[in-house]
Amino acid sequence: MSDTHAQTVSYVRETMLPEAEPPVSQRGAVRWVYENLFSGWFNILMTVLSLAAIYWVLAHTLPWFLNGIWEAGSLSQCREIRDATLGPDASSACFAVLTDRWQQLLFGFYPSEIYWRPILALVVFFVAIAPVLFANMPRRALWFTAVSPLVMFYLLWGGSIWGPVVVALGFVLGWAAWRAFAPMAGTLVGLLAAFLLPVIYFLYAAGTLAGELDQALPIGIQFVRSQDFGGFMLSFIIGIAGIILSLPLGILLALGRQSNLFIINKVSVGFIEIIRGVPLIVWLFTASLLLNYFLPPGTNFDLMLRVIIMVTLFASAYIAEVVRGGLASLPKGQYEAADALGLDYWKSMRLIILPQALKISIPGIVNTFIGLFKDTTLVVFIGLLDPIGLTNTIRASTDWNGIYWELFVFIGLLFFICCFGMSRYSLYLEKKLQRGHH
Amino acid sequence: MTTTSEPPKAGFRLSQLLYDSRYRSLTIQVVAFILLMLALSWLVSNTIANLAALGKDFDFGFLGQRAGYDINQRLIEYTSASTHGRAALVGIMNTLLVAAMGCALATVLGVLAGVLRLSKNWLIAKLMAVYVEGFRNIPVLLWIVLIFSVLTEATPQPRDFRDGGPASMILGDTVAISNRGVYVPAPFWGAGSTLMIAVLVASLIGIWLYRRHARKVQQASGRILPVVKVSLALLIVPVTIAYLAIGMTVGRQEQSIVAVGASSGMTLAEYGAAQPAINACIVPNSTESLKLRRLLRSQDLRFTLIPVADPAAAIAGADSGLCNLLSIPVSSVAETMPADAVALTDTIRRGYPVEFERPILGGFNFEGGLQLRNSLIALWLALSLYTGAFIAEIVRGGILSVSKGQTEAASALGIKPSRTMRLVILPQAMRVIIPPLISQYLNLTKNSSLAIAVGYMDARATLGGITISQTGKELEGLLLLGLFYLVISLLISSVMNVYNNRMKLKER
Repeated sequence: MSDTHAQTVSYVRETMLPEAEPPVSQRGAVRWVYENLFSGWFNILMTVLSLAAIYWVLAHTLPWFLNGIWEAGSLSQCREIRDATLGPDASSACFAVLTDRWQQLLFGFYPSEIYWRPILALVVFFVAIAPVLFANMPRRALWFTAVSPLVMFYLLWGGSIWGPVVVALGFVLGWAAWRAFAPMAGTLVGLLAAFLLPVIYFLYAAGTLAGELDQALPIGIQFVRSQDFGGFMLSFIIGIAGIILSLPLGILLALGRQSNLFIINKVSVGFIEIIRGVPLIVWLFTASLLLNYFLPPGTNFDLMLRVIIMVTLFASAYIAEVVRGGLASLPKGQYEAADALGLDYWKSMRLIILPQALKISIPGIVNTFIGLFKDTTLVVFIGLLDPIGLTNTIRASTDWNGIYWELFVFIGLLFFICCFGMSRYSLYLEKKLQRGHH
Repeated sequence: MTTTSEPPKAGFRLSQLLYDSRYRSLTIQVVAFILLMLALSWLVSNTIANLAALGKDFDFGFLGQRAGYDINQRLIEYTSASTHGRAALVGIMNTLLVAAMGCALATVLGVLAGVLRLSKNWLIAKLMAVYVEGFRNIPVLLWIVLIFSVLTEATPQPRDFRDGGPASMILGDTVAISNRGVYVPAPFWGAGSTLMIAVLVASLIGIWLYRRHARKVQQASGRILPVVKVSLALLIVPVTIAYLAIGMTVGRQEQSIVAVGASSGMTLAEYGAAQPAINACIVPNSTESLKLRRLLRSQDLRFTLIPVADPAAAIAGADSGLCNLLSIPVSSVAETMPADAVALTDTIRRGYPVEFERPILGGFNFEGGLQLRNSLIALWLALSLYTGAFIAEIVRGGILSVSKGQTEAASALGIKPSRTMRLVILPQAMRVIIPPLISQYLNLTKNSSLAIAVGYMDARATLGGITISQTGKELEGLLLLGLFYLVISLLISSVMNVYNNRMKLKER
């Protein structure tokens, strides 16, 4: 049609004009700036206000930061250097405190010649957690995950090798009892044996066995007291131990809360609500002041261990709520299908329900961990040396008396990097899981 | 062929308890219950044994004993002679105060940041993202400590506020931010203040009624009444009129100052010179106390203020010799005055229903005004900023959760954008926002126990801190403290349940 028209009417253009560029105001950076920053009076006002706020903050912090002094032995020396180079009124950070004391902020009073041990423990942790977080790792790596808590414990505290070995032996004993009794006398007897034998072993045999083995064959590395632990290492230990140990308990509590059995349901609900209703700091004081009351007279153990126990109980209530969300979000058909296959309760949970529910709950568990990791700073109030507690220790020395901001900036930055990284990971996971389900 | 399909008549066998699903759940529960009771009794017996070994007993009698420590911030009357129970109450009130203030500010900050983060303005959206991520990913304890040290280390000392000093007061010389706290004008309540508050309450009720009426009119006829303007007018005009009217009439009245042992026709200055000491009985936070103090100060007289509950108590105080100077409204002077009390020639004005006293730099510190301690301010700001970041995310998520089709449908119906937000988006977003918002309030209340970091005297510091260390009653103290927090959180979560049930999508 158009061809014929073109032939009959000579002044009709035969070819298309090349596309013209949009006007300058409608393309590229100019358009972006106009649309995002200066469209309408309100937008302009917002832009101006934001720019003013940014300028105000930068004007107060940037000179301080850029003028930072990294090489000095004390705060007064810092001031001398500042007076000499920048003049007495200049604002300047004294980052020398970080170059001087960074080890303390990271490791507390852990002996400096064996810093490799906590670092190696962290590496072990990452290797152990990888198969849990990334589904495409080989399943055999989960064996390493199972052993890793003892390895990390040994690396951190050290001492005789026989302690962890004897503890590991207890778990092996339970497993062996399960394998031996379960096929012979049924699940219930198997479970009882797998539970009772290790308990008896731990109560009566383990201590002496470890002692004997140590005397016969003393192998070990340097022992480090809990009092020497501090800084970010302490936050990591409490946070990681709390979250790992609280997972099994949290899952059990979640199952209990979903259960139809009246007593089990009410006990779980009561435990979860009581733990969640009271601030962590009150639980920490309970750990430091009261825990000894509840245990047999004469028991007295490490404050750090007490804190880890309390943090574990605390985190388990939160984990339970996260897992409960996962359990509730599964379609009812999954439960019915498990029943239809004739699986008993534990089998249906282990094989059908929990693998799906836990997968959905991982972002929530990571978020709980972020919260717990931030809350580990509260241990400062019962006398443990977390990073914030160490700022007081550092300030107590004559060299660094009166230094605040540099330490806070450092600690805040480290926490930010850890928590922000983890929250990004949990967001990524949430998106990935969502795609899998639709 | 006949088949017998009768069930076997077996009696109850013991193994049914384990293998019959009808009985098994019962068995499990009984076993669980017995185990639980055993564990509890083990804990309790351990506790009893440990308490006995330490020579302690379990009773709450210490709550009635004299506390013997001071609390620097109190909302109710408290001295070191009060009981531990009273100290706990002061702490609880302080916890509730900072929690309420924090929830209010956190909501404002959170809603603002959440909405601005969705703004079309790229710069402010990013700025709010920085705020949210920065506060969410750093422990709240660090923020509390940081803000507290900003307030104590980076603010001027009171003496810097002297003429020619480096610091100056802000907001027209009414607010001073110093390293001893923030000083703001203090309100003083005078004649007719109750009437004014009654007017305010009445206007609030009026606003509520008017809004209901406007909604009814709109739903019945589609006519839209001006709600915002009328509400504002209702809020402001009656109170202002009442304030001015009372101030012009009753407030203009002169009120005599009565002195014990003065001769008639004496001025205050002469009386002050004749007496060894001036003790004035006065109702605290009343305009009389403000005016009398100003008058005494302007005459350069030294004086002591003795707080009393009401004019009758002031007269009784003058009778008993507790004080020798008082100023009370005219109506109650004549009949009940002590015999030797004489009105001086100086008088004070009754003044407006509410008057404010500015903080003024005295010898070493500010005098007058209301001192907001740095501990309170730091805790308040840090908790609000931290929780505000979480609330911002909740608000943002709530607004994003309303599908775009709703906005488009509203536009298709011809609803204005501002109305779309209020009538279409917000009601649906609220359903998503409110439950996590309430649990954030709960978190804020629990986090207020971090007051320990800045020395703010909350419930943990009094009941769970000094009281425990003074009486050695760790078990009882922490139990009560835990119960307090538990009750609050159960209350809040029951409110949330009620809300959730009311807001549940009604499905048929």
